[in-house]
Amino acid sequence: MDTALIPKGVKRCPMWQFLLGLGIVGAVLLWGVYAMLLCWFKGLNQTNMNDYYGFALWIWADLAVIALGGGAFFSGLLRYIIGKDELKHIINYAVLIGFICYSSALLILAIDIGQPLRGWFIFWHANVHSMLTEVAFCLSCYFAVLTIEYIPLILENRQLDKVPFFHNLSHNMHEIMAVFAATGAFLSFFHQGSLGGVAGVLFGRPFAFREGLLIWPWTFFLFTWSAAAYGPCFTLLITWITEKVTRKKLVKDNVIELLAKISGWMIFTYTIAKICDTTRWANITAPGLGQNLADFYTGNAFYGYWILFAEIVLGGVVPAIILISAGLRKHPTWRVVAFFLGVMGVSLNRWVMVLQVMAVPILPFDTWALYYPSWQEVATTLLPVAYGIILIMISYRYLPIFPQEAELNPIEEETSTAVEAHTKSAPDLEPAKA
Amino acid sequence: MKHEQNHTTPMRYGMAIDLDKCTGCGACMTACMAENNVPFKEDESDKLVSITWMRIFELNNGKAFPDTDICYLPRPCQHCEGHGGHSPCVSVCPATATDYSQETGIVSQIYTRCFGCRYCMGACPYHARYFNWWDPVWPDGMEKYLSPNVSVRMRGVVEKCSFCFHRYQLAKNQVYLDGERKVPEADYQTACTQACPAGAIVFGDLNNPEHQVHQIVKPDSENGNKSRNPRAFRLLERLGTNTKVYYLSNREWVRRAGDNYLAHEKTGQVSKPHH
Repeated sequence: MDTALIPKGVKRCPMWQFLLGLGIVGAVLLWGVYAMLLCWFKGLNQTNMNDYYGFALWIWADLAVIALGGGAFFSGLLRYIIGKDELKHIINYAVLIGFICYSSALLILAIDIGQPLRGWFIFWHANVHSMLTEVAFCLSCYFAVLTIEYIPLILENRQLDKVPFFHNLSHNMHEIMAVFAATGAFLSFFHQGSLGGVAGVLFGRPFAFREGLLIWPWTFFLFTWSAAAYGPCFTLLITWITEKVTRKKLVKDNVIELLAKISGWMIFTYTIAKICDTTRWANITAPGLGQNLADFYTGNAFYGYWILFAEIVLGGVVPAIILISAGLRKHPTWRVVAFFLGVMGVSLNRWVMVLQVMAVPILPFDTWALYYPSWQEVATTLLPVAYGIILIMISYRYLPIFPQEAELNPIEEETSTAVEAHTKSAPDLEPAKA
Repeated sequence: MKHEQNHTTPMRYGMAIDLDKCTGCGACMTACMAENNVPFKEDESDKLVSITWMRIFELNNGKAFPDTDICYLPRPCQHCEGHGGHSPCVSVCPATATDYSQETGIVSQIYTRCFGCRYCMGACPYHARYFNWWDPVWPDGMEKYLSPNVSVRMRGVVEKCSFCFHRYQLAKNQVYLDGERKVPEADYQTACTQACPAGAIVFGDLNNPEHQVHQIVKPDSENGNKSRNPRAFRLLERLGTNTKVYYLSNREWVRRAGDNYLAHEKTGQVSKPHH
């Protein structure tokens, strides 16, 4: 039915299967849309947030998807600026994942604010001292860059590509993609950092507060670094999941291993920096404000030392060792374990820097405040996940996302059909030639 | 001209709350809610979603009877000055919806500019900022009793104690009409101060030696506005928030409860903030 739209040389599942998948994920999407409308029309009383938890699940989701979407800017930097040419085989997917992550972040932010219609005030009445202002500006600009990076991919659709204007536009956009990659990397360094700064500048909250360099707390640099380190991990994890779902090899191992190796070294160096930061904070910063480590990890039912271990050791040291060790990295199972642990580690870091910050009591006579999200919050958080899956399904079906797919998955029947068609068409051409 | 400039010396309005006088009666909370049109719900039992610009905490010394001792601590917005007006909430607000007045030292909240991101709430260590999770709904007829001097707030914005700033504006207008230049101490008092039956709250200009609050607190401007009164302390002073609400108590355990201390540290020992 839609054969004319499917890229040449690749095979896709039957239409009914595709529509069934879309329907299932679409149901989750609609559930999320319903919850979103409830939040917009009835207000944030639909959530379980409260005056102690002004930041909760949504802000964590925002920070997490932006960190995970960091694979786009870092892969772009490696491919176009540093010149790791092999990564051209995965850069499309990294861009698509980045686009999904950033559009999701903007959507969540639009739900999260109490007066959505005033969202533009952040640009109009901008406070230059606020990290959130910087996040808003850079996030919006970078989303525009990702859109520009995604457009040529859309234009490569088999039918669109037939239109000369689109074909030339796509070609020319590819030619100058290095400029956008550099812009994207520049913007990402700032907004990823500012997201770290959001927590790090809170000098009223010893759990979050960090000293730093000039106006930037150490979390500014840690967030940028971790997004560059773990973003590719997420790209690779989603690639692996896509391969499992489609039951095809889509990217060659040398490409996967190269990105995994770079990611591994980035995680390794990040983890060292994170350990240094944690050590300094636990021994100098927090005690200087009258608090010690036990104040932050005991006396409540959820936040224990386990979270520190899970974030730094399981989500940092372990994936770093797996990915920088050639033997383990080349082993598909260990590699995927590392991707999974890495994604868990960075997500946990963002959780800690949002939710645990809110949970820890600051006033000596106050108590821990624990929170669980309402179904509306869960549904609106799953909404971008469903949207992302749908966009991947559509993009994968109709766009040449994986340049190596045809080579890795040759189609016997189509090759023979193509030969036949060529043979048949030859006599038709004869009269013209004559 | 020089003479005029002397009259514009910045003010730092603040409070001294004597915790040894406070009985925890809640009159300050009630007066505050009535004065500032603070919305309420039918069920106010969940204090995590109820708006109390002035909130009273009950503290105890953690000892068993007969050594048990309790203290009630009224907590308005602390109107932090931070370093040069960079109070925790003001510096983070992305839309400049909250501001530190260099003229009065009061931290304002511009309700019509706030778009409800709640970053300021996360930044405030005193939980003095509240979000309007619901639209305000007044019992039938009560809307006629709302104060015309204070705008009611809509759903989706943050609000907090303003040190009854509208009273300052009214007093300032009156002073202008009277041909004076400075607002007399008695002409600008907050609702909670006037409502306190025990006289536990004293309000005024911390920079003005004629004001009672200055005489009680004796702020040391050379030392981060720390009080020279040995009975006085500020909440979480070592964070460097540089608040303008001072608490007074003769009881050491109460003064110690005002800040976080490591086990070996003495009460009142405040290290220099890192930021």
